[in-house]
Amino acid sequence: MMQALDAVAAVGRGTLGAVRHAGAIALFGATGLSHLVRPPFYGRIFLGVFLEFAFFSLPVVALTAVFSGAVIALQSYTGFSRFNAESAIAGVVVLSVVRELGPVLAGLMVAGRMGAAMAAEIGTMRVTDQIDALGTLSTNPMKYLVTPRLLAGVLALPLLVVVADILGVAGGFLVSTAKLGFSPSGYLANTLQILTTNDVVAGLAKAGVFGFLIALMGCYHGYNSRGGAQGVGAATTGAVVAASILILMFDYVLTELFFAR
Amino acid sequence: MTEPKIRIRGLSKAFGDKQVLDGIDLDVMPGTSTVVIGGSGSGKSVLLKCILGLIEPDSGSIEMDGQDILGLPRQARERVNAGIGMLFQAGALFDSLPVWENVAFGLLAQQKSTRADARRRAGEVLAQVGLDPSVGDLSPAELSGGMQKRVGLARAIAAQPGILFFDEPTTGLDPIMGAVIDGLIVDCVKRLGSTAIAITHDMASATRIGDHAAMLFRGRLVWQGAAAELLDSGNPMVDQFTHGRRDGPIQMELRR
Repeated sequence: MMQALDAVAAVGRGTLGAVRHAGAIALFGATGLSHLVRPPFYGRIFLGVFLEFAFFSLPVVALTAVFSGAVIALQSYTGFSRFNAESAIAGVVVLSVVRELGPVLAGLMVAGRMGAAMAAEIGTMRVTDQIDALGTLSTNPMKYLVTPRLLAGVLALPLLVVVADILGVAGGFLVSTAKLGFSPSGYLANTLQILTTNDVVAGLAKAGVFGFLIALMGCYHGYNSRGGAQGVGAATTGAVVAASILILMFDYVLTELFFAR
Repeated sequence: MTEPKIRIRGLSKAFGDKQVLDGIDLDVMPGTSTVVIGGSGSGKSVLLKCILGLIEPDSGSIEMDGQDILGLPRQARERVNAGIGMLFQAGALFDSLPVWENVAFGLLAQQKSTRADARRRAGEVLAQVGLDPSVGDLSPAELSGGMQKRVGLARAIAAQPGILFFDEPTTGLDPIMGAVIDGLIVDCVKRLGSTAIAITHDMASATRIGDHAAMLFRGRLVWQGAAAELLDSGNPMVDQFTHGRRDGPIQMELRR
């Protein structure tokens, strides 16, 4: 009987801990966003992070997108040719890339790159008293460190996803025309015929949400890191894992919102 | 009668079961330097962080110029902090910024000057702490420990604050560099006419910097007096601490 009660208590403690954690993250994000409308805004910090986010992540995202598009074309061909449905390949590639793979894969790659970088930088600032120093210099650390990063995440990832969408479709186009024998003009016509504005907008909206989640997790874990180098390492790992899981969870929620009939 | 610049009454703070500060009463008079000594874990840093608003105490009051600064709204607290300078133990320099921006950070944050003026002011302050203004272009990571302390001191005094705090200003420095930093601290405090609180367990530093001294032991102030009396206070705890004696009323908790 006591063992059963212990188990229930453990579940209860875990649930309360998870709810408390979720609340703390939500409050942290809301506080960060609230500083967008309360001056001063640190534009130089924003531009630096935006550049790092959008420009220096381009090679990783571009390579991921090209090969993902190519693989989808190849896999679709091997499957669809059994049912003489090869003509659907262009549509499958463009919808997969624009609706799902562009935002999700770009998000996961950038979570590894930028989420880790943000958590490590802010975490190091925490354990070396730099965040306390900001407070003594009349600077709100949330306003200085978190708000510019959240905005950079929301704005930068959609731009990366535009590039990922184009390169993903290009990857599928190259494989389809060079290897599988499709006519270039026919492939492009099929692609444009099936793609709608809603597909693009939904994909970019997903990217904005994912960019916010990446920045939020990077900032939150870094800001709350404790205990020296080991704490910073744990914060970095936590930021990447949490951002990746949240991206996949929110991908389902947003897909349900945008596309479920 | 002159009112204290900083008045602390009944300040207490516990982390879990551990009572770190236990009813601290301390007055710091304007234009004087007070040194708080005590062993590791005695509560010195927590006391400083409570005054700076970085840690919220459980009870008690802290007044600056007669104003209770505990529980102030964020913006009011930032206005209070604008009159404060702080030298952190490890410097806490922003490693993403060049040295001159570190020094001028407070000026830029408080929008007291343009970037060009702030840069010029940073050069002047660097010169005041014995550094060539060209150091301003370097990154903090390119500086030695002593230079980082000097840059930290330059950052603390750049906005000419009325109150200065020093957290273990000579820790990690060789004795000569420690004396140099102490000399700079005394010069800066005198030149600005500031009120200063330093925490340290370096006795040479304490007697050089302080006008007054207080000793913390297990969260309580066990002695207060003139810094010149530190080495001959007549208080058994202070005597044991300042002379580094193993035997005495302070027993270290060692596992055998």
